[in-house]
Amino acid sequence: MSLFSQIINGLSVGSIYALVALGYSMVYGIVKLINFAHGELIMLGAYVVYVTLMLAGMPLWICVILAVVLTAIAGMLTERLAYRRLLDAGAPRISLLITALGVSMLLQNLAQIIFGSSAKAMPSIIPSDPVNFLGTPISMVTVITILTTIVMMVALTALINKTKIGKAIRAVSEDADAAKLMGIHTGRTVAFTFAVGSALAAIAAVLYIATYRQISPFMGSMLGLKAFVAAVLGGIGSIPGAMAGGFIMGVVESLTKGYISSTMADAVVFGILIIVLLFKPTGIMGKNLSEKV
Amino acid sequence: MNAKMKKKLVSYAVNLALIIALYLVLSTLIDSGAIDRYYAGIIKLIFINIILAVSLNLVTGILGQLVLGHAGFMSVGAYTAALFTLHSGMPTQGPASVLTLLVAIALGGLVAAVIGFVIGVPALRLKGDYLAIITLGFGEIIRVILLNLPFAGGALGLRGIPGLTSFNAVFFISVLTVYFIYAYLTSRHGRAVLSIREDEIAAEAAGINTTRYKIIAFVMAAFFAGVAGGLYAHHIGVIAPGKFDFNYSVEMLVMVVLGGMGSITGSVVAAIVLTILPEALRAFADYRMLLYSVLLILMMLFRPGGLLGRSELSIAGLGRWLKRTFTGKNGAKPAGKEGV
Repeated sequence: MSLFSQIINGLSVGSIYALVALGYSMVYGIVKLINFAHGELIMLGAYVVYVTLMLAGMPLWICVILAVVLTAIAGMLTERLAYRRLLDAGAPRISLLITALGVSMLLQNLAQIIFGSSAKAMPSIIPSDPVNFLGTPISMVTVITILTTIVMMVALTALINKTKIGKAIRAVSEDADAAKLMGIHTGRTVAFTFAVGSALAAIAAVLYIATYRQISPFMGSMLGLKAFVAAVLGGIGSIPGAMAGGFIMGVVESLTKGYISSTMADAVVFGILIIVLLFKPTGIMGKNLSEKV
Repeated sequence: MNAKMKKKLVSYAVNLALIIALYLVLSTLIDSGAIDRYYAGIIKLIFINIILAVSLNLVTGILGQLVLGHAGFMSVGAYTAALFTLHSGMPTQGPASVLTLLVAIALGGLVAAVIGFVIGVPALRLKGDYLAIITLGFGEIIRVILLNLPFAGGALGLRGIPGLTSFNAVFFISVLTVYFIYAYLTSRHGRAVLSIREDEIAAEAAGINTTRYKIIAFVMAAFFAGVAGGLYAHHIGVIAPGKFDFNYSVEMLVMVVLGGMGSITGSVVAAIVLTILPEALRAFADYRMLLYSVLLILMMLFRPGGLLGRSELSIAGLGRWLKRTFTGKNGAKPAGKEGV
């Protein structure tokens, strides 16, 4: 494959990372929690598509809507059932992290028990006819993946910057106590943030199915980790950062697979994470936060 | 000799006697064949897991830094020790094999400690969430590197490692490990480490070199994980990179969390229970990780300190607890705060 098509491929994978990274970033921005279970929400979304499309035979658009809605609800439920109590009690970060880890394992193992641990093949849900772009044939899936992601980013930016609930989200991430005093329902705002992040994860799941045409109970963990790396790379808590981080990660991974070795791709991804954390822990677009005594 | 010293000596003597008694009972049962090879294997595994849980507790419970790559250090120790035994040409039969095992696991521990130092120096500049993620990243990198190393056997790993891990070896090494970590904890250094967990900024202001103590604790944990890895390799006989993945690190974390973050005896008890439980519940093997995950969440929600919290089980504490329960009087001190 030429360098150009490698980069396009990378952008396509990267846009999936970017969508997932947004979820991590938004949740981290508002409750300062690395939601380890976020990767598993992608898996959940993918299995909703599997059940509705393959088992129930519903039309694709209904499947996508159902996946988005159900995953959003699942995201809110995890927040309500697992994290809320700890967040309200001001529990140490380590407890929250361990809980998130527990939720992630729980979802993964539930899926494994219900659907079996082998990967399931999916039909091609987006036609993969090549489109001619600047003389290079590019698959339709790639084009749609990148376009969907860009549309989602624009919509999300508008939601955060132009709407009332977006303002509330920004206020709560800035200072939850002050936001509460200003009459913002912080609990509802946090739940909404989880819902939006999870909905984005469901869209990422649909794009993932379109690209890879298979799902498994473990698909979320590596994808989630890489997307998390993307969020850190871009600056956790920052929305444009998450997008940039996702695209960079996708391209780097695609180039490593294409030119170095496919087994080393994971090592390169985590290598990037380590370099970023050591030299600029706030990421490319993150804000500098000084620690309070 | 003052009363406090005397009490301490008595407590040590009692514990030593109990450990010797436990050793005599277990080794007689194993030697006489009353415990068959299968159960003897599980007992060895329990002691290996005790080393792992207690060493992870040193960083996660006592230093208060969440580490998600403990399996990585274990794999380094396992591979180093196995490669040494396979290629050094030292005897693997007869009485001299004990020496081979000791050299192999010491090497495994040392290499793991060196890797721990190389990783710890940069990683410990970060804290909390970022430290957790970076150790996870390093754990995965170690696994990928092992997969690609030409002499490590790729995805199949190493096989035919001589089964040198005897009951005596695991028993004494794990007792020494627990004793060493406990002694470290109750020393001046240990108090410095504890103060970092309680309040890092205050500890720093009080003149404690927090970075140094963090690195010491981290390297020690890596060393013991490496030792456990070496024992594991010579116990199971086959090691592959896939075994030492993220899930295994989580399993160790579950032991620490369940037993109580910061409680050495808690980790010991949890390691025993969580090694026996999956064996006893073979029929429910598919549900093991599900059970662990639910346990983790429920523990964090309702008893975030773990079963034992930060207190230790002890004979003296047990005595006081019995006295309080049966006489209805309050003991002089809260139960379990005394040393092991």
